[in-house]
Amino acid sequence: MTRTAAALPDPGRRRILAAGAGGAAALLFTWRPARAGPGESEAAIRTLTGGVAPMPGRVRFDVPPLVENGNSVPVTVTVDSPMTAAEHVRRIAIFNERNPQPNVIVAHLGPRAGRAILSTRMRLATSQRVVAVAELSDGTFWSDSVEVVVTLAACVEG
Amino acid sequence: MARALINVPSSARRGSIVEIKALIAHPMETGYRVDATGAAIPRNIITRFVCTYRGEEIFSADLFPAITANPFIAFSTVATESGEIVFTWTGDNGFEETETATITVT
Repeated sequence: MTRTAAALPDPGRRRILAAGAGGAAALLFTWRPARAGPGESEAAIRTLTGGVAPMPGRVRFDVPPLVENGNSVPVTVTVDSPMTAAEHVRRIAIFNERNPQPNVIVAHLGPRAGRAILSTRMRLATSQRVVAVAELSDGTFWSDSVEVVVTLAACVEG
Repeated sequence: MARALINVPSSARRGSIVEIKALIAHPMETGYRVDATGAAIPRNIITRFVCTYRGEEIFSADLFPAITANPFIAFSTVATESGEIVFTWTGDNGFEETETATITVT
């Protein structure tokens, strides 16, 4: 039965294989940038609002629900506001939950804008929930969130 | 000098709302990527965009790495008087770019 003995993998080869797998795993972890996570996104929103949780409504966040390329996602935020000196939108901000950083953009506008609208293009590292928050001149915060499915991720490769 | 593209209507009626679009050529390197040798590529992004209309600030934005390469921003303003609309982008490594558009209000 010498053939069976020869077919058994020798321990040295196993050690090399295990080390290789471990090394590959370590590389994967070091390559992956840290993700923001829902907690960090929440914290970033609270930093903007000064601890107040924004109320849902008044904001419309237009994001394609299915994104083919996370490197460029067109987004539009519209806020229901007359944009007068007495009642207007002061800030519009966008946050994400699973990119390396929770912030995307913070725009400052005023009654001179005429219409409370902001369009830009953002990156999405993976499928996730994105949130738009608006600060009104009366100090209230409103938000809208959208779940987005991304088929090709940004940030990590390319 | 980075190339910038701005879209402002050349003329508008007084009091009407006009749409302004601004796009600038910039890599917006996030600082989270690595090059072929495995070394981290340092962050190089535009951090601030400001738009003034006849010297008065009408719109500004703080940008983060989650904004795409060649950042595009669109917003609106009320056409009040004929004059210059100035766009300024500033960012990492002393990046600064200014573009000017003229609007005629009738």
